[in-house]
Amino acid sequence: MSIQYLANNDTICAPATAPGVAAIAVIRVSGPEAWSIFNKIYYQKSLQNQKGYTVHFGKIASVTNPADTIDEVLFSLFKSPKSYTGEDIVEISCHGSTHIQQKILEALVEAGCRLAMPGEFTFRAFVNGKLDLSQAEAVSDLIISQNDMARKIALNQMRGGYSEMLEKLRQELIDFAALIELELDFGEEDVEFANREKLIGLIDLICAEIKTLTSSFKWGNVIKTGIPTAIVGKPNAGKSTLLNALLNEEKAIVSHIPGTTRDVIEDILTLDGLSFRLMDTAGLRLSDNEIEQEGIERSKQKAKQAQLVLYVYDASEESDASVTNSIKALELSEDIHIIKIANKSDLNGYIKTDTTSIYISAKNKQGIEDLIQQMTQQFALGKEQENTFVITNVRHVESLDKAYESLVAAKEGLEQKISGDLVAFELRGAINYIGEITGTIVNDDLLDSIFTRFCIGK
Amino acid sequence: MQENKFDIIVVGAGHAGCEAAAAAANLGSKVLLITMDMGKIAQMSCNPAMGGVAKGQIVREIDALGGYSGIVSDASTIQFRMLNKSKGPAMWSPRTQNDRVKFSLEWRKILESIPNISFWQDNVVDLIIEKEEVKGVKTSMGILFYCKSLILTNGTFLNGQIHIGKQQMSGGRIGEKSSIGITESLIKNGFQTGRMKTGTPPRIDGRSLNYEKMEVQNGDEKPEKFSYLEKIKPIKNQKCCWITYTNNKVHEILKTGFNESPMYSGTIKGLGPRYCPSIEDKINRFAERDRHQIFVEPEGWDTVEIYVNGFSTSLPYEIQKKAIQQIPGFENSKMFRPGYAIEYDYFQPTQLHLTLETKKIKFLYFAGQINGTTGYEEAACQGLLAGINSHLKINNKEPFILKRSEAYIGVLIDDLVNKGTEEPYRMFTSRAEYRILLRQDNADIRLTELSNNIGLASNSRLKIVNKKIKEAEEIKNWIEKTSVDPIEINEYLTEIGTATINQKIKINSLISRPQINIQNLININNNIKSELTKYKKDSINEAEILLKYDSYIKKEKELVEKIEKLENYKIKIDYNYDEIKSLSSEAKEKFKKIKPLTLGQASRISGISPSDIQVLMVNLGK
Repeated sequence: MSIQYLANNDTICAPATAPGVAAIAVIRVSGPEAWSIFNKIYYQKSLQNQKGYTVHFGKIASVTNPADTIDEVLFSLFKSPKSYTGEDIVEISCHGSTHIQQKILEALVEAGCRLAMPGEFTFRAFVNGKLDLSQAEAVSDLIISQNDMARKIALNQMRGGYSEMLEKLRQELIDFAALIELELDFGEEDVEFANREKLIGLIDLICAEIKTLTSSFKWGNVIKTGIPTAIVGKPNAGKSTLLNALLNEEKAIVSHIPGTTRDVIEDILTLDGLSFRLMDTAGLRLSDNEIEQEGIERSKQKAKQAQLVLYVYDASEESDASVTNSIKALELSEDIHIIKIANKSDLNGYIKTDTTSIYISAKNKQGIEDLIQQMTQQFALGKEQENTFVITNVRHVESLDKAYESLVAAKEGLEQKISGDLVAFELRGAINYIGEITGTIVNDDLLDSIFTRFCIGK
Repeated sequence: MQENKFDIIVVGAGHAGCEAAAAAANLGSKVLLITMDMGKIAQMSCNPAMGGVAKGQIVREIDALGGYSGIVSDASTIQFRMLNKSKGPAMWSPRTQNDRVKFSLEWRKILESIPNISFWQDNVVDLIIEKEEVKGVKTSMGILFYCKSLILTNGTFLNGQIHIGKQQMSGGRIGEKSSIGITESLIKNGFQTGRMKTGTPPRIDGRSLNYEKMEVQNGDEKPEKFSYLEKIKPIKNQKCCWITYTNNKVHEILKTGFNESPMYSGTIKGLGPRYCPSIEDKINRFAERDRHQIFVEPEGWDTVEIYVNGFSTSLPYEIQKKAIQQIPGFENSKMFRPGYAIEYDYFQPTQLHLTLETKKIKFLYFAGQINGTTGYEEAACQGLLAGINSHLKINNKEPFILKRSEAYIGVLIDDLVNKGTEEPYRMFTSRAEYRILLRQDNADIRLTELSNNIGLASNSRLKIVNKKIKEAEEIKNWIEKTSVDPIEINEYLTEIGTATINQKIKINSLISRPQINIQNLININNNIKSELTKYKKDSINEAEILLKYDSYIKKEKELVEKIEKLENYKIKIDYNYDEIKSLSSEAKEKFKKIKPLTLGQASRISGISPSDIQVLMVNLGK
């Protein structure tokens, strides 16, 4: 079914720069509604009367969360037919963090874009006569290599084997749809009829599983783009020393994400295959000398966006009760992991009372090993315990969302007792959407399912 | 004067051959129809019935295109039922029980009334092929007939082998010779052949049955018909059929014959259809079922012969006899002849173009079971299309190809050519991706004009369908803009158990309720009655379907539009796929074998990936 994409003229988006972290990334939006869709996430001025081939600057945010700026970007407008693809185009230059790119793509999809298939821009360029035949060979080679790469990437992305799980869901749906098809094609014969109640139950079950998968996307994304980690604590607790100690740790692989003012705004720390995105490190780099009140507010903000909070305190000064109160004041939600770090264990006068804290000396790099172990263990353990599948691919989420919509329509249809062929119409839709991820076709599967399971035919 | 040169020769006068000969002749070709037995024209070799789910839609399509299967079925109907009436209109499927002898005679009468058709009773033993073009045939009497185009519709006759238990005999149907020579000639010319298997149940003397022990199955109270022609009327009197069931005793007896079954001993090599299993196959594969349904169908108006639908078998005669007598109502049954299995040659249909012309030999067409299909309807529609296309080709005209979104016939041929088939191919509604568009009520709207454009469907047919389209549109518009008052309608709404209305609403919003149809509203409301009674029933039904299923029809049309864009990319038949370096070698092989005519068709070939299509599209240029 994904072949349908080829004949589409809807608006598509995708990163135009190579994956991986660079200072700047370009996201391209192409199609008849490229300008208007982009205008939904860029709301500072109307683009309607803007000229083509102009460059603009501004903040972008998702439609559902306009207050939360994703990034400040430069963008260029191109008018059909004089553009790379021959369609209207917006090219967004954003900060290179994969996390930011992902956020912008999500916002675009939410606003009405579809994620481009591998090679789809080039393909459109060709279809619209922007490339001549001599370039065609090269283009087709490119498509092949991109597809191959996309396939490999997709395979790698299927962490925890959710392709298998999807295939299982799809198979259940096919068996379910086969029951309906059976009624339609062999209703005259002595066949068992699909139990509507059971079918609704099954739809509910599958819908719930799809929901779990799509909500795992957030978590999956976290794993892919790094676990957002906040280092918080009172002034002079040693936050920046700890940051430096972590970054200088021999085991760590560090990449810096530069900000607009050439500061490092994020550091990605990869430990034992797990990435931690250390948030707002710019603040830490500048100084550790904050006014207390401001510090608390700042800590709160940071901690809310994190999955992991490293609470640093001065073991020689802060009491256990005070630590507990300070953490409470952060108002963290329950699913956020917290590691309490008692710093300055090298100083005289500290008392090792709290066994739930990790005792380190950031300055002397003592106890950092323990901390790292604790950090990686919390998340590794989490993965095993939950034993759920994690989705990391936006395109998969998109397909699952559509499958979900079709299933809901099928369920409503069943409840209103509409005719089986119309229910089947929705089910076929759902099966196709899931098939877009697993790469399979429906019709033959349905018939096979019918023939192997039921005794039909006069 | 006896001639030996024709425009088109059709070999075989079954459902495919008859439609092929009639279509080509009606279009203006001089046709010779060669059959081994003039008394067996359009023989219903299996059950005496036409239509059914998906197949009924095909018969309507054949009729809309100007073929005769619908007209012949209507003339020989002994019972009519619209199947699936409780489901959506896309599922409504006309089916008739037919008088086997009358069906055959009606077809013969029609063929004999077409001046362009000549007949020859003989057995074709060889094909005359020169420089990869077919030139004619040689018969068993040593006579040569020459033609510009040849259509083979040999059914189960090519090297037909009949099995009853361990008994084997050569034959195309029981009591009839098989046809030897054509397969061999085709193999010599590079064709690949395979074996298929099908079976048929015993025929019983109806006088020996006790119908008291069976359930009666009557025809519809208001029977309809296949043909869109207004001069053809639905039948008034109908015969009934019966239903009974097998039981464990029947199954036990049948099992004692398994070791003598040609199916299980490996004697039969051909693959049989999974959806039309023999009774032994049903027992074997679905051991948990303690009974199987049996349809007891009369063979006609004036015969006592009974067809035991659901009891297809190739077990030894003695076993068949003993087992069938355990079926309620069959205790004292007498057989006219036992059931049997038959194996025959077919040619993988991937060797064909979408016109049904072979890729290897020009001007040679295949239709029906030779292509691996099963069913009268499937055969007939292929015959019709082969007849049309061979005539168009010898007159240098554009081919006539139906799209998957236009007809079940389009789905069938597209599937055959692009996917091939390993088991006898039967049509199901689930094979059609645009099922909601391919309905039995609108086959004329979909197809009659297309056929009229090439000169087959008559102008009078076109007039009928154009009137229907116009009227349905008028009715739809009127209903969409006209309102009813609560006072006019609430009493009726209460009566049929649906919610009453509080204020004036458009009739349209009432029609979308499942309990309500236009005819009922005409009966209870004078305003509606005075406006709509002037319209034909067909037009009212059409308008109602369009209104009730509006949103689904729209959704499917959108899907079609998307896919259709790919159909607009034409591919030259001699396109050199080897020149595309980036195409996988597997894709190259498949494209070279299937020779798709459009990008859409290329995308449906099994094993072809979206990236293969992208690469191909890019290389095709603009």
